[in-house]
Amino acid sequence: MLKQTEGSHAVAEAVALCRPQVICAYPITPQTHIVEGLGEMVKSGELTGCEFINVESEFAALSVAIGASAAGARTYTATSSQGLLFMAEAVYNAAGLGLPIVMTIGNRAIGAPINIWNDHSDSMSMRDAGWIQLFAETNQEALDLHIQAFRLAEDLSCPVMVCMDGFILTHAYDRVDVPTQAQVDAFLPPYQPRQILDPSDPVSIGAMVGPEAFTEVRYLQHHKQLRALGLIPQLAADFAKEFRRDSGGLIRTYRTEGAETIVVALGSVNGTIQEVVDEMRAEGNAIGSVSICSFRPFPLAVLREALCNARRVVVLEKCLAVGMGGIVSDGVRKSLSGIVLNGYTVIAGLGGRAITRTSLRKLFEDAQRDELEQVTFLDLDADLVSFELERESRVRRTGPTAEALLRRIGTVASRIG
Amino acid sequence: MSGAELLSVAAFIEGRHAQAFPSFGSERMGAPVMAFCRIDDKEIRLREPVLEPDALIIQDATLLHQVDLFNGLPARGVVLINSAKSLDEMGLGGLAQGFQQYRVYPVPATDLALKHVGRAVPNVPLLAAFAAVTGVIGLASLERAIGEKFPASIAERNVAAARAAFEAAKSAKETISA
Repeated sequence: MLKQTEGSHAVAEAVALCRPQVICAYPITPQTHIVEGLGEMVKSGELTGCEFINVESEFAALSVAIGASAAGARTYTATSSQGLLFMAEAVYNAAGLGLPIVMTIGNRAIGAPINIWNDHSDSMSMRDAGWIQLFAETNQEALDLHIQAFRLAEDLSCPVMVCMDGFILTHAYDRVDVPTQAQVDAFLPPYQPRQILDPSDPVSIGAMVGPEAFTEVRYLQHHKQLRALGLIPQLAADFAKEFRRDSGGLIRTYRTEGAETIVVALGSVNGTIQEVVDEMRAEGNAIGSVSICSFRPFPLAVLREALCNARRVVVLEKCLAVGMGGIVSDGVRKSLSGIVLNGYTVIAGLGGRAITRTSLRKLFEDAQRDELEQVTFLDLDADLVSFELERESRVRRTGPTAEALLRRIGTVASRIG
Repeated sequence: MSGAELLSVAAFIEGRHAQAFPSFGSERMGAPVMAFCRIDDKEIRLREPVLEPDALIIQDATLLHQVDLFNGLPARGVVLINSAKSLDEMGLGGLAQGFQQYRVYPVPATDLALKHVGRAVPNVPLLAAFAAVTGVIGLASLERAIGEKFPASIAERNVAAARAAFEAAKSAKETISA
């Protein structure tokens, strides 16, 4: 049914349609509305057969999820930013144990300085923990990916993060098509665990493993993700058949035929990029874009195929590997091993800075002329940076940096973007 | 944000695509908050903030003196200001300030809300005035959106506020156009 609703609410409805049996909730902006919505559905009786557990921290949220999943329950939680960092140890454990938990990340920056707005630093920090990471472009896709995520997680016995841009998607009211319970039931069968804590057939889960088998356990985790490279497109195709729309998959290309310049990005910014691609295509520029939906497993082969005929690739990422540059770029460059082309990394949208068509247009034109640095910070306020660097060169006791920058520009969050 | 949300629901009811989203400032009560709404006949892919609005709805007229609200608003852009005062009384009547390039409508939205709803909730009267002045959404769709958002008794009172604001803004528009 078509609805005009908030992204978080759309996700809550999708999760409820997946018949979760345990939901662990601890609030943190900007994912809070999702678990609040689910809490209301459990309380009102709209969602039955589900235990909604308010826990005391994010560490507890995922620890309880691990216990519930090991006991055979379809288990869900959600978090953001610092919350994900606080549960980091459990994030690795859930993957190492192979428990098919689904967790939404309402993507948000990580402090310090404290910042509630969107970027991808949080989920990127856990990229190598062994979870599958899927990034949604729209609220419709966020809704759809949760339905796919439970099936993917349970088919593989591997946890899945569905990442959606905080505020930009979580708090946006958009048109979404909410499927029926019958449709979701037809797509997602009841959970059949590979491993279960059952007193009548006892097993131990989480034994210590020494050098004799640790590598093999890890290899099998890796192997599982490689299998996911095949399973993700298959599930997306099954989904399209059942629900009559395209969502998910490994990557999506946009006007890449004959493109000399291809922009690669994750998440909701792809919509704005596509608008700029259309503008520039209309003027005869050979430009296209690729949206990566599956960041883990990283789709090396299909990316290579999508990008190999370009002359240059611009990777636009909402995260920064400090002292290195891009995170997504490293994977993209690996996918292009042996192919000679110009690769650029662009760091954009950190801490909620708006990524505008005007800025992207200028960026892509600079890229077409190969006038970009290896690593570019989109819309960096160079005057502000010079001011601070100059001040630091003059004075020893400069005080805290972030506060000095705020004093220089005025109040917090006083501008659009 | 509730205003932008309600506007998007009214547009959705008319079969259009709409995208409403907030831009939160600092997280404290009383801080200025902006919310945006795009309405289109096709799917809206764009995710940047609205930088060049066709219309601007100002819920708190005291912001006029604090923030550059008109940045990006094109000439002939529509401005609805929640105020029972005339433009002259708000200091917006003179030619010197440059406001004459916009179509500015004061709407006594808080007064209408207090009268009909009993609380200072100016969103609905402002949206009704927006409907009257721009015709982008119809009053009937707004009333349906109100019906979906609020329980029946509160919805009824909001609908009364909407109708009053709609009529007032319609005659104000005719005066300005004449």
